[in-house]
Amino acid sequence: MISSEVVYQEVYKAVQAMNVSLPVDVAGRLKAAQQQAEGPAQAVLGQINENLLIAAREGIPFCQDTGMVWVHVSLGEEVQIRGLKETISRAVADAYREGYFRSSVVEDPLRERKNTGTNLPAVFHFDIVPGRTLEIYILAKGFGSENCSRVFMLKPTQGREAVIDSVCAVMKEARGVPCPPVVLGVGIGGTFDYAALLSKRALTRALDHPHPCPYYAQLESDLLEAVNALGIGPGGLGGGCTALAVKVESFSTHIAGLPVAVTVNCWADRRAKVLLSEI
Amino acid sequence: MTKRIILPLQNAAELKAGEEVLLCGELIGARDQAHQRMLALLNSGRELPFSLAGAVIYYVGPAPTPPGKVIGSAGPTTAGRMDVFTPALLDAGLKGMVGKGNRSLEVVEAMRRNVAVYFYASGGCGALYAQCIKRAEPIAFTDLGPEAVFRLVVEDFPVIVAIDSQGRSVFA
Repeated sequence: MISSEVVYQEVYKAVQAMNVSLPVDVAGRLKAAQQQAEGPAQAVLGQINENLLIAAREGIPFCQDTGMVWVHVSLGEEVQIRGLKETISRAVADAYREGYFRSSVVEDPLRERKNTGTNLPAVFHFDIVPGRTLEIYILAKGFGSENCSRVFMLKPTQGREAVIDSVCAVMKEARGVPCPPVVLGVGIGGTFDYAALLSKRALTRALDHPHPCPYYAQLESDLLEAVNALGIGPGGLGGGCTALAVKVESFSTHIAGLPVAVTVNCWADRRAKVLLSEI
Repeated sequence: MTKRIILPLQNAAELKAGEEVLLCGELIGARDQAHQRMLALLNSGRELPFSLAGAVIYYVGPAPTPPGKVIGSAGPTTAGRMDVFTPALLDAGLKGMVGKGNRSLEVVEAMRRNVAVYFYASGGCGALYAQCIKRAEPIAFTDLGPEAVFRLVVEDFPVIVAIDSQGRSVFA
């Protein structure tokens, strides 16, 4: 049995930390990018890095859009746990209130758009896997970038080049809006909806961990090169650093299709994971 | 030394795209829903609860204010979502906007017509900009929470002139 108190504490800590300081690999890439940049790109990256220092020092979120919380739970089938979703939700609400993070969620998407005041509900996905571990992957997804995300239903014969073109098309349309340098999650295969989920799951992987399959690792690096060749640059003010990383996840698909989903994330690449095991 | 611009904005025509400047004085913080309400008021011939003459609007929806601080994290939001409302506000006296991302042709045309500028603030830098805000108070539409209209007194608020009053732009 994994205690819900432990789940609460771990999720609370993870959610509080993710809005105040970036994962070390993201922070490292932003620092390196500043050293290589010039002109307005260097000014923008300088402000981003200074902003990160201020946020850490003051204990306030680096971006006011502390996002809608996205949760992917991978639950081992031998794990016993009660009230998992409620526990995670309570930890999210408490972390947002006590961290002075912005509540950015409205109750109904069309009628009235009244802010729920708790940043709930979060978006949940559950996966049941063999074993005794509970893995919780969390994103705090800002919507300046989320609004730039897209799904394409390509023809099955279009192949790899069309995937690269689609990812580039997303950024050509987005330009400076999603706060580049961005991190892109790309989901390839499955169905319309599953490709989108894969594109989010791709964002849960550390930037320094390329795809385990060499073919897709190469695709990730080719995509990064293609996006950076667009010249959009930090803040859209030009330059060679449009993306910090491109992460790919793939899945089997239908003979008639090639779904490709692109989730655009800003440089504020907030991700956290909580791993717990049955004793 | 970076040029300081005192608000309300008097010399919009002198600002050139690409210039880095520091804003000092009063900004009006407003975003999506506040813009929708401002336009509804203007369209029905009523007065806004604050003056737009020479005003500079900052597209922002701040995080809650922690104890002992002036304001929570307060970086720019995407300007493009305000594009449909902006030409009417420019025609009503608005002289400048601060946000992130590019603007529509209609907005640029209205900026030329009214001699106004659009400043770029670094997206996501909420902690940095919060430090430049010395006073903050909601002045209208307070029922909207983080989407209310705020009066923000800023000091040395760092921005880049992104689109100037002649329509020149820094966007790649």
